[in-house]
Amino acid sequence: MSAFALVDGNSFYCSCERVFEPSLERRPVIVLSNNDGCTISRSEEAKALGIKMASPYFKIKNLCRQNNVAVFSSNYALYGDMSRRMNEVYHLFTPEVEVYSIDESFLNLTGATDLPNYGQKIRSTVTQWTGIPTCVGIGPTKTLAKLANNVAKKNPQFNGVCDFTNKNLLENFLPLIQISDIWGIGRASAKKLSQLGIETAAQLRDTPTKRIRDIMTVIGERTVAELRGTQCIDLESVAPTPKGCAVTRSFGRPITTKSEMIEALTHYVTRAGEKLRSNRVAAGAIDVFMHTNPYNKNVPYRNVGKTVRLAAPTSDTLILVKYVTAMCEVLWRDGYKFTKAGIVLTELGPPQQTDLLIRNDPRSDRLMQALDSVNARFGKETISIASANIGQKWKPLSGLRSPNYTTDLKGLPIARA
Amino acid sequence: MRAKILASNPIELPIAGTKVCAGFPSPADDYLEDPIDLYRLLVPRKACTYLWRVEGHSMIDVGIYNGDILVVDRSVSPRPGHVVIAIVNGEKSIKLLKHGMRLSFANKTMTHFTLPEEAEVTIWGVVTWNLHRHLP
Repeated sequence: MSAFALVDGNSFYCSCERVFEPSLERRPVIVLSNNDGCTISRSEEAKALGIKMASPYFKIKNLCRQNNVAVFSSNYALYGDMSRRMNEVYHLFTPEVEVYSIDESFLNLTGATDLPNYGQKIRSTVTQWTGIPTCVGIGPTKTLAKLANNVAKKNPQFNGVCDFTNKNLLENFLPLIQISDIWGIGRASAKKLSQLGIETAAQLRDTPTKRIRDIMTVIGERTVAELRGTQCIDLESVAPTPKGCAVTRSFGRPITTKSEMIEALTHYVTRAGEKLRSNRVAAGAIDVFMHTNPYNKNVPYRNVGKTVRLAAPTSDTLILVKYVTAMCEVLWRDGYKFTKAGIVLTELGPPQQTDLLIRNDPRSDRLMQALDSVNARFGKETISIASANIGQKWKPLSGLRSPNYTTDLKGLPIARA
Repeated sequence: MRAKILASNPIELPIAGTKVCAGFPSPADDYLEDPIDLYRLLVPRKACTYLWRVEGHSMIDVGIYNGDILVVDRSVSPRPGHVVIAIVNGEKSIKLLKHGMRLSFANKTMTHFTLPEEAEVTIWGVVTWNLHRHLP
């Protein structure tokens, strides 16, 4: 029988902050989204204070101050590096690892013996090597592994590991699990099912396939099969080629001049170009959009976007910047306060697939290689496009960000001697 | 080398892909090895190795000075004689681990380090290397 595990970091972003600031142990900790908008990670202590996921920060600011909550801007350089470390640890336990999100990975544990014990070993090694506490859910399918993880998280008696390859345990818990907690069951399906009297995972599993087919999509049918222990979803240990590459941000303060907008968009497309090149793909089209605050009725509203097909697919930042600048010229109007903008590169494909009739500058690849390796060696934005660096006053707020402890020599954690 | 084909849309075609070298092959060719990779020496396990900055003078007797960069491995089990990152009541510090899991300074000129009563101590990681810059 196959066995999958879903391992994830508990309050992952908060836990990353605690690794390098151990005095935060037992203190409530929250991490805010880009631009310090709302909470995206809460420690157990913060949850106990009643702080909800996605609470706007301005609404809970007082509560945080009164309760000595440690508040952080998100530090994705740190979280990304800690995530990479955790996945390296998983590879000590199995060659097949699927990175599902920044804090969740599926592991193929087929063939391992004494799974609960193996799960504990994974947990303790991750904690020792990275300091991040985790929960491990194990099951004969990915869907059941994800459910087991949920159970391990909510029930402390499991000590962080719940194994649903154990049939008795599975039978005991499936009637207690709400269908909305099942991976792959969206809000709409959950509503439809509960109207038909199907409320728990056990009920859904025991609904005849024919009936399922009438109510749900093929995806839903697959989910039900997985609940029954029939494996339908494989581990994707090789990341699929991305279909598009987006860089969008809310600004720290509204942008009111064209030059600043060009600066911001140049910045975004530079980052997107780097992403393309690290994935070895080229983009065939660019979307650019920008809009003002849709909630503020007191200022004029503008929401515009444009898509342009490139003459030839490219990942060359200089070419991308030219397009984006031209598109910004078309979209821009004075007199608006833009609060968000973004670029999306689409029609991604292999970089060499160029039109024979269009001459590609052979220096482009070498220039981009040089650019990327200089920036990798000497730090981000050592070399950048001039129009990306005028003032950067629009940059998202991140006043409460911790140092890049693991990726920047200037941010190393400090120990007193 | 490239030849140009003149047409309405000129494109460049390479004639030969590789360089042809004249002369004698280097006698070292058969003995070529990779240059020494310091990173492999200092960081044999990337996932559990972290760098820390030293601040203070209490460890100079074991050759750790203010401003040094320590290589810290979290996978090593701490033993007496190890230099460790110790978290004492939440404060990050560098200490020498002694028998009986006692912690100590390494600076004869300083008064003895005594743990505060009921101090909470965890060992964050074990120091494996110290990077001390000699060039001022």
